[in-house]
Amino acid sequence: MKYVLMFVETEEFAKELETMGDPERENAYAAVGRWFAEHGSKITHHAHLAPVHTATTMRLRRGEEPVVTDGPFVEGKEVVSGFAEVEVADLDEALKIARSWPACPIVEIRPVS
Amino acid sequence: MTASNSGPNSEQALAHVVRDHAGRLAASLVSLLGDFSAAEDLVQDAVETALRRWPVEEVPERPDAWLFTVARRRGLDVLRRETNYRAKLAQMTWVEPSQRDDRLRLIFTCCHPALSRAAQIALTLRVVCGLSTAQIAAAFVVPETTVAQRLTRAKRKITEAGIPYRIPDVDDLPARLDGALAVIYLLFNEGYLSSSGVHAQARDLVDDAEYLASLLAGLMPDEPEVAGLLALIRLHRARGAARFDDREQLVLLADQDRTLWDHEAIGAATALLVRAARAHRRPGPYQLQAAIAACHAEAESFESTDWPQIVVLYDMLLHLAPSPITRLHRAIALRYASSPGAALDELKDLDRVLENYLLLHATRADLLRAVGRNAEARECDERALALTANPAQQALLEERLSWS
Repeated sequence: MKYVLMFVETEEFAKELETMGDPERENAYAAVGRWFAEHGSKITHHAHLAPVHTATTMRLRRGEEPVVTDGPFVEGKEVVSGFAEVEVADLDEALKIARSWPACPIVEIRPVS
Repeated sequence: MTASNSGPNSEQALAHVVRDHAGRLAASLVSLLGDFSAAEDLVQDAVETALRRWPVEEVPERPDAWLFTVARRRGLDVLRRETNYRAKLAQMTWVEPSQRDDRLRLIFTCCHPALSRAAQIALTLRVVCGLSTAQIAAAFVVPETTVAQRLTRAKRKITEAGIPYRIPDVDDLPARLDGALAVIYLLFNEGYLSSSGVHAQARDLVDDAEYLASLLAGLMPDEPEVAGLLALIRLHRARGAARFDDREQLVLLADQDRTLWDHEAIGAATALLVRAARAHRRPGPYQLQAAIAACHAEAESFESTDWPQIVVLYDMLLHLAPSPITRLHRAIALRYASSPGAALDELKDLDRVLENYLLLHATRADLLRAVGRNAEARECDERALALTANPAQQALLEERLSWS
């Protein structure tokens, strides 16, 4: 089955990242690099998204002009910062991959229909 | 087996027969069809047919074969378009319950952490214990439609999210076993607290919890926490006859007639606990709770209870699994091991976290009364009364208010 792991950033995590010194931050990025390398055979696609302040949301309304607004579709402290699509046997295997994710603290796992 | 008379006892006997066979049938059919939801539907149909027909006909000689035949016939009927399933079902015959017991996989699928706790509980009762939707609804005093929706959603999630039908890998097993034990423990708690005679017609969830714990203990003999939970449930059940008086009022531990306790069951449960603890030397929250229950069960009187030992066990429990409720129970033990004043001090900072917890206010009321602060005690009783929906507990608190 195919699953998308959505990486969700929290405010605390973003702050933590900001206050990191360069070597620390490099270590954090390296850990993410290692994670992708380790699970490379299962990852079919992945992307890191630009920061949430770059987000634009369009609400489509039947028969009317769409409304375009600045920001993500839900205002909140938790925002999707990237995703990886994996091809695995079942949810347990997807959970196992998600478990070792070394960066942001929340991962939403959803099957691709 | 003979024809059963109608009435709650024969109903329970019937439920036990269904329970012993429905889970095995579900486990086999899920393995065979590879589709949890389809297999579960077939078993549920067979269970409902059995609950309808067995009371008027008779319980068949081979209930497992009977249930299988009904499920299979139904399967060939409804799975008409699923040629793959049909072919598998058509070839299947029901032999003696197989050597391999697939129910462990069934339990782990039903208790998968990707399902909500409420769904895990409903699904386990339905699939592993063979309860009908109506029986689950009655046991939890919720509308049948709520349970039906919960089950439908859970089964869809299993299929669509790819929740596997297998025993977790070694590195996932401890956490997953904790989840399964939590489901059984909650079931036990729900059944234990709601038992009062008011729901005498409802399914005995404590009985189902014990059944599940004993099933799991048989399937995972090397897990001391499973044995611990089983011992805990059995130790509580052994005191069942003394928990309510003739008027179905709750009787507190201190006032229970200990001659009514099942001392043989207490001995057996304690032995089970000791065996598991000695063989594995891996203490855990359920073994410790069972050890505390054993201390109570083995005491000849409330006064001669080994309170210092109970306080030590609570300390160990708090070390492994910190919880404000455990601290409250420790404080109660401390009252008898030390003094009511010492116990009152322990309760001080629990208010914030347990503000809406009945037992905190009831306990404080007791302790305040013990040190002669009756007006404050009365206030606490009133707060406790406002927090309970359980008729037996309400009656107990009301009685206390009337003489305090």
